[in-house]
Amino acid sequence: MSRFLSISILLLFVLYVSSESAGEEEFTEELLFRPLPDRKVLSHFHFESRAPPTNSYGHHHRLFPKAIYQLVHKYRIKQMELSFTQGRWNYDSWGGFDPIASSNAKPPGVELWAVFDVPPDQVDASWKNLTHTLSGLFCASINFLESSTAYSAPDWSFRSLSGNLRYGSLPREAVCTENLTPWLKLLPCRDKSGLSSLMNRPSIYSGFYHSQRLHLTSDEFDPVALNGIVLEQTLTIVLQPDSLETHPSFSGSRKLQPSWSMSSLFGKTVDGKCALAKSSNVYVQLEGSLVYNMKNTWNSIDSYEGDSNFGFTVSPDRMMKEINSVDKEGYSIIYGFSINNDHSSKPFDLGFWWKLPVTWSCVKAPLRVSRFLMGSGNEKGAIALSLQSTEWSQSLLKADNDGEKCNLRVDVFQLVPWYIKVYYHTTKIYVDGASQSLGDIIEKMSVSPSEDKVSPGVMEMILRLPCDMKSASLTLEFDKGFLHIDEYPPDANQGFDIPSAIISYPDFQTRLQYKLDTTSIKSPMVSKMQERRTILSYTEVLLVPLTTPDFSMPYNVITITCTVFALYFGSLLNALRRRVGEEERLRKSKDKSTGKLRLLLSKLSAKLRGKPWEPPSSTPPSSSSKFISTKVVIKIILIAAIAFGWQYYDG
Amino acid sequence: MASTPETEGQKPKHRPIVRIGIFIIAHSFIVSVVCCTAGVLALLLLPVLAKKTYVSENALMPGSAIPMITDQDVSGANNFINELTSLNSKSQSLNIEIPRLIALHMANLGGEVSYHMFQNQPNKFHPLHFFTSTDTEANNVNQTCESYATNTVGIIRAPRGDGKECIVLVTPYNPVNLSPNETLSLGIAYSVFSLLTQVSWLAKDIIWLAADSQHGQYNSVAAWLKDYHTPSFGGSGKLHDDECHISNDIIATEVSDTLRRAGTMAAALVIKVTNTGEAGEQDALNIYAEASNGQMPNLDLINVVSYLAVHGQGLRVQVDKLVSLLDSTWLKFIGEVFETVGKIARSVNPQWKFGISVKEYVEGSATLVSSLYNQALGVPTGSHGAFRDYQVDAITMEISPKLLSNSKGRQTELLFRGGRLVEGVIRSVNNLLEKFHQSFFLYLLTSSNKFVSVGVYMIAFLLLVAPLPVLAASLFSDTIKSYVKSEKNEPFKSWRWLYPTKTVFLVYLWGAIVSLLPYFIYQIPDSQPTSRLLIWASLSLFILIVLGSFFRARSAEWALLKSVTVSSAFVGLCLMSVINFATAEIGALLLVPMCLMTKPWRVAGKVQSALNLVLVIIGFPGATFFVVKSVFGFENGSSLVEFWYWVESLWAWNSATYIYICMVHIPCWVLCIYILLHPC
Repeated sequence: MSRFLSISILLLFVLYVSSESAGEEEFTEELLFRPLPDRKVLSHFHFESRAPPTNSYGHHHRLFPKAIYQLVHKYRIKQMELSFTQGRWNYDSWGGFDPIASSNAKPPGVELWAVFDVPPDQVDASWKNLTHTLSGLFCASINFLESSTAYSAPDWSFRSLSGNLRYGSLPREAVCTENLTPWLKLLPCRDKSGLSSLMNRPSIYSGFYHSQRLHLTSDEFDPVALNGIVLEQTLTIVLQPDSLETHPSFSGSRKLQPSWSMSSLFGKTVDGKCALAKSSNVYVQLEGSLVYNMKNTWNSIDSYEGDSNFGFTVSPDRMMKEINSVDKEGYSIIYGFSINNDHSSKPFDLGFWWKLPVTWSCVKAPLRVSRFLMGSGNEKGAIALSLQSTEWSQSLLKADNDGEKCNLRVDVFQLVPWYIKVYYHTTKIYVDGASQSLGDIIEKMSVSPSEDKVSPGVMEMILRLPCDMKSASLTLEFDKGFLHIDEYPPDANQGFDIPSAIISYPDFQTRLQYKLDTTSIKSPMVSKMQERRTILSYTEVLLVPLTTPDFSMPYNVITITCTVFALYFGSLLNALRRRVGEEERLRKSKDKSTGKLRLLLSKLSAKLRGKPWEPPSSTPPSSSSKFISTKVVIKIILIAAIAFGWQYYDG
Repeated sequence: MASTPETEGQKPKHRPIVRIGIFIIAHSFIVSVVCCTAGVLALLLLPVLAKKTYVSENALMPGSAIPMITDQDVSGANNFINELTSLNSKSQSLNIEIPRLIALHMANLGGEVSYHMFQNQPNKFHPLHFFTSTDTEANNVNQTCESYATNTVGIIRAPRGDGKECIVLVTPYNPVNLSPNETLSLGIAYSVFSLLTQVSWLAKDIIWLAADSQHGQYNSVAAWLKDYHTPSFGGSGKLHDDECHISNDIIATEVSDTLRRAGTMAAALVIKVTNTGEAGEQDALNIYAEASNGQMPNLDLINVVSYLAVHGQGLRVQVDKLVSLLDSTWLKFIGEVFETVGKIARSVNPQWKFGISVKEYVEGSATLVSSLYNQALGVPTGSHGAFRDYQVDAITMEISPKLLSNSKGRQTELLFRGGRLVEGVIRSVNNLLEKFHQSFFLYLLTSSNKFVSVGVYMIAFLLLVAPLPVLAASLFSDTIKSYVKSEKNEPFKSWRWLYPTKTVFLVYLWGAIVSLLPYFIYQIPDSQPTSRLLIWASLSLFILIVLGSFFRARSAEWALLKSVTVSSAFVGLCLMSVINFATAEIGALLLVPMCLMTKPWRVAGKVQSALNLVLVIIGFPGATFFVVKSVFGFENGSSLVEFWYWVESLWAWNSATYIYICMVHIPCWVLCIYILLHPC
């Protein structure tokens, strides 16, 4: 017994030592709510799993999903992000500047990018294998990204890490529960307990935006591995809380925002934390401008008490205030609720209600970007990218009013399928309605034109726009190509998609810095928000109608070709093997030995040929050289009349 | 090849197809008579041959969902109508107040609102960009803010859609003189919009365009579409004066002045309400579909609308028809003939479903004639025509209530009906994954649920046109024969046909010049339509004489000249049938008998000359216009002025019919007269 005890103590000690030296596997779950100005609520689930580096921890994991670990090792992935999105992020009313918007607003469909730690000549092969693996893992047709016409290797505009980066997106991929289930399987508690048990499928798929993301970073293959693999799984949903008055009336803008609770949003509550999670937290974030607008009715901001504009059903455990706010007027506040010590007897159901009406607006991206198609018809068209200033860039102008010319740097990355043949030399830029020379605005541009059926066209561009501009537009003309008949997708008449362009603003770093109070524990989500990151925004997906053949055409073509061939070969053979003199001789010899029926037949045929019949015998040629003699006509009419009468009286 | 006479005893044997050709050419007279009669007969038979429409695209599934429009939506629409009416009676600056009110309501419903301001672009004749879209030149004369019209555009973003496609609802209204009908149509759109902001099944975005039609209904929609599809980024096209913009002081919320977009358009519906005053037992729905140059929207769109209107809302669906034809006795007579033939056919074999009742036939042909005329004219029948220029299927739905009483209940009922109908159509189109492509684009309607497809109506035209090449060949071969007979010593010159061709070419050149003349006539300031018309006519005549005297055409043999004329008419008609079938059909009805019959009066008999004269007189476009007008009884205004306006509308709408008349019809007519007066 004592021996066993000592062994177990030793074992524990060894375990302890090893965990001390290389860190533990960790899993945290977090959920963030944020009221949005247009009466909706943003819910952002954030799950993070960490696996310590292999060289110190070994190959076996308790929490970390094996599938991902193997994926990372097999394809030597440094960084990878996969997102499934349904709906569009509304940059105008949900904001485009804060970390959540800029990292979780994704283009519709599937987007995948990955950085590999392999020699450059093996990157494409790794990418292809990766797409197939992910396709199997997530029940989605990510394998369509395998084709070299679907992905590209952006040099510098997409992310600063270049070289081994591959990027591809499938705008038409439909997202549903079949993609969510495998995603949930990567969590240690799946959706059986913890925050993920809130994910009631009907409610999360009936929202206005649904984006499920998987982000992977690993430094496994670095010489000095520190962090191991970090798997970050987020689900961002925008939901409309049910409110009694569905109809905003005339004075709708001054109405009370809808109150909500976890059970009203999801139809479920949290019974307790996931037992395997290190921490399980719920946050409510109020934006800076909202806090600012509430200030006059709010006496003491520092303490959440009953006299504020809003209330919680559960009192918050902690509060974090933003410091160094970009927005000069207000600072955002995060209220934290931990559900660590909750017991299953008392389900955790956070509710939030408003006491007074308030309006605010989110911090928008520096420019409002919209992309659209120009022109009509099946021959050609143009892609236009319109950039419009928002309040943000206006305030920027005020801030940087120090004489020298202020510039706004905008990076554009655009991938265009090969059947949209973009003529990059036709690029035109208009700033405030005036045409500008490209050299004045474009700082750097790299273009790789599309190659038919091989690679898509890629355009990367750095624009330097004057800060005081109101609107700028960039147009590119294109010709619509033709596809081979078996290259058309089943729903070819819908049109073809141009994936979203990515607009980023490297001059601006979004970062929310929170003053952490002493009681707060380390939260991966909050620390994620504190990271500096470039603001990204995606444009709309475009639909280009291409010329589509009539798909019953092959049949028609085969029929008509066969007819033409038959006619051609028939007449050719006829001309080749026919001997007129011989025929004549043959006929004459035949005529001599012809019977009465034969005589009649030859007579008739000669008449039909419109040629005076030469009688074989001494009978004189028939006087009528007409094609149809009156006799024949009368006979035909007679027969027709008899047939008709018979039908008429018999039927 | 076929024409070389075969005088030798042993004729070389021809291939059967060549022999058939020779035979047909030899009997060209019978062939012409038979073909022409058959062509006209086939045209008369079209209402009988019309098929029932059917929804071809399965995805549309019209009427499969229960209408969701609620009392709340309709009461909101009622309030909106009341506000509009009260504003209309009170306010002064209506062309600012009404768009603002509409924008406010759109924003309150949850739409994304933007204004689109545009100036009236007067239709000018640009001979050089006839088929191309005219680029707006910088003709921004410093105009006042009153000259700007404001379209209000509300967009609903489909909650879970990807925003690649959209459906457009258009309600034209005139803010300066807002009629109750226009407020009703705005109310219908409001109720639909209010519903669609809340539904979860939207896959395509919805655009509600409240089109300011003070510069014309078509122009407002066309201006918006132009800015939607081909915006001019240059400064000249933009509005730079800020004071013209509507100030957003009431609604501080987002009403943007930049045009908001929502992807590729899948379909467009123009909603109108009229008060025809005719008392029927049902509310009626008129469908207008003809766009420029006889282009039609996909038949499926019309099918869905008429299916939902008839089966869902119990509306009586009508297509535009020529009312004066309904009482014509000769049409009734033909109908009776067809009916008896159909009866006999059915008694012979009950499975032969041939023949329709007289009433049906007369109505069918009245609709068919109107459909043919509208397509032939090439002028769109409503603001839906603007969409067709961008390959968007669009129709106008004109709801005419049986009796527009001012009672509240009646209005609510109408809002419900219209709203449900529009909702159903939008729901069907929303189901559509692909664009409309399944059903017909080339068709003529004989009633709202019967159509004649291209495969059927083409036969009539082909039969009409077929005698032309036969006659040309026959005339040519006859001339050669007679030439060979008369002067055997001189070898036949095969290029003899070149002399008449030169004449024909000159006349066609003249036709081209005539078609360009209006551009120069417009340069003359302050002229009356009548004087313009006279100047045009006299200038044309003068040019014809000048051309004739300069290039003194050798007086060719009339037969050869006729042969070339006939073949050129054939080519012209065939070309036109590709561009606008209906024009070619009507043109063939006029041209073919004239071309076939014409003969120098010295050669022809008295009867034939008289007939020729009648045909030639009727064949002149102006004369045709007046004859048709007097027959069908449209009488308004001075006829010359009216004719000028008619022609003006043709080129203002870029109708290919204008080109056809000037470059095919009139030259042929001139050549026919030339042949008629030929001094042999």
